[in-house]
Amino acid sequence: MSRRKTERLLGLVVCLLSSERYLTALQIRAAVPGYPESFEAFKRMFERDKEELRELGIPLETGSNSAFDEEPGYRIPRQAYELPEIRLEPDEAAVLALAARVWRQAELAGAAAGALLKLRAAGVDAEETPQPGIEPRLAGEAAFGPLWEAVRDRRPVTFAYRAVGRSEPQQRRLEPWGVVNRHGRWYVAGHDRDRDAVRVFRLSRIEGPVRFTGPSGSVTVPEGTDVRETVRAWDTQPPVQRTALLRVRNGAGHGIRRYATSVRPDGEGWDLVEAPFSDVLWYAEHLASFGRAVIAVEPADLREAVITQLKGAMA
Amino acid sequence: MTTPTPRSGSGGSGGSSPRASTATGSARLQRLLALVPYVVSRKAVGLAETAAAFGVSERELVDDLNLLWCVELRSPDPYCPIDLSYEGGEIVVSQAEQMDRPLRLAVDEASALLVALRMLAEIGAGGERSALSRTIAKLEAAAGEAGVPSAQVAVQVDKIAQQAQLTQLQDALARRRRVHLSYYVPGRDETTERDVDPMRLLVVEGRTYLEGWCRLAEGVRLFRLDRVLGLQVLDQPAEVPAEAEPKDVDQGLYRPAPEDLQVEIELAPLGRWVAEYYPCEDAADLGDGRLRVKLRTPDGRWVRRLALRLGENGRVVAPADLAAQVREDAAAALAQYA
Repeated sequence: MSRRKTERLLGLVVCLLSSERYLTALQIRAAVPGYPESFEAFKRMFERDKEELRELGIPLETGSNSAFDEEPGYRIPRQAYELPEIRLEPDEAAVLALAARVWRQAELAGAAAGALLKLRAAGVDAEETPQPGIEPRLAGEAAFGPLWEAVRDRRPVTFAYRAVGRSEPQQRRLEPWGVVNRHGRWYVAGHDRDRDAVRVFRLSRIEGPVRFTGPSGSVTVPEGTDVRETVRAWDTQPPVQRTALLRVRNGAGHGIRRYATSVRPDGEGWDLVEAPFSDVLWYAEHLASFGRAVIAVEPADLREAVITQLKGAMA
Repeated sequence: MTTPTPRSGSGGSGGSSPRASTATGSARLQRLLALVPYVVSRKAVGLAETAAAFGVSERELVDDLNLLWCVELRSPDPYCPIDLSYEGGEIVVSQAEQMDRPLRLAVDEASALLVALRMLAEIGAGGERSALSRTIAKLEAAAGEAGVPSAQVAVQVDKIAQQAQLTQLQDALARRRRVHLSYYVPGRDETTERDVDPMRLLVVEGRTYLEGWCRLAEGVRLFRLDRVLGLQVLDQPAEVPAEAEPKDVDQGLYRPAPEDLQVEIELAPLGRWVAEYYPCEDAADLGDGRLRVKLRTPDGRWVRRLALRLGENGRVVAPADLAAQVREDAAAALAQYA
């Protein structure tokens, strides 16, 4: 944007903010310097300017001062423009600064910085003083930006998705309801148009671009939807707990011993360890990773799964 | 007063175009709209301080101030809505017309802060709790409608299970004490004993870490709290060397060093998670959902354990001796089932 245009837009904002009444396009041209002489050129430029102001979130209202006005007029109501009064105590300002740093490299980093700027402009002193607290960070993800936009604007999307174990990605069509970060990973939950059911997708498994397939407002999030709960329910392991009986070499298998419910000596150099598990395949992979430090004794399906796993590693 | 460059109704002024700044024009317009209320709310404020708050150079700031001062409206009568000065390096706005309040928060802006604040509240660490709920309430009130969509984004952080250790570490940080850790290293399936001078606590990718100067490794290390098996706060003061640089965790937690071992692994569709979890330097699609990735690691033992965990879903291709070792590991473990 040229300096000239910045000046013109700034003039436009001040002009419309200062006026209680709706101003017609011609009144605006008379008041704000920088518009061209030709009416057609002015109209085009004015249309673009209005668009730019709206993109910045400036509430540009259209209306007329009386029923007799034929030309529509414009104004920016102060009520709608201004950030309401906000006062923060020093400890509140400190957590706000901490919150703004959470996104440092991720998609909403710019938005967080923009918000901080406005709050500072409202008199809040949110200094970037490092403090001995906990610093959480959110990692970025390519699909986050478009999916957040889709959720925000309630637009349906389509994307290629590679489900676990699939050799080819599949094109999916989704009405997204929300984006959730769980255990540090991003997920999108919503209504899958092809499956006609609720589905959860992991953002890191989306390949290529996310495309909008409908206008803003065309997605309805069912009343009472809790996206956190949707993702949690999808992600949670079956809570059925079983007990594994394992032989673990002395001084090894610390990663298993940590979760042991009982440990007793079992001959020279070995311990017999009892530990809880729920998913056989996952636990078999885990046990296999300890190599010869661990032997799965019981149950039989776990023992078999470990053997299969180890044979696979030899292939 | 320090007179801004002459007002010119003609638009382009001051010979400062094209601007050196990389900022886009709309970012500049946003900054200009925030600048006036920033000064007004503080009555008077220094040039240097303001430039720092807005992340611009003093020269850019002065250019902004001149531009604001130059705004002119011509109808019904010509007048200048903004009057300001920056005499002696101090900015004062004496007239601001209707621009003395900042623009409302946009949806993205409100969401970025609210989502982050709620996440901090969920981590629920220490004495920040009440400050967080107060801040969230105030921000929600100030954001109004713009804050509503933020409910559609949630960051769930597991309650840090190691609350007792967390409290101990926060105490050690506050009092600048050295700590002793019994720390489990899964790559080697070993428990190590080490003294660490704490630097900070981080939550990255859903997990909590202590960053500190490890006296055993003589370097900055990250310790995952769920792998800390034992923790003691020592009476000795922490001595973090001046050269200890916090890791730039935003570039990823595992950052391979050039001298690390390079490993090539072929992954079946069910092994592709490896490429999601670890930074791969190179990933080649082999068709049928198979992937060949290159990883770097300082420790071959970690790769051997990874290969056993992958089973038939992954195969170490290079280096050849490492691949042979994996087969030996698997054979030795398998022999125990005979």
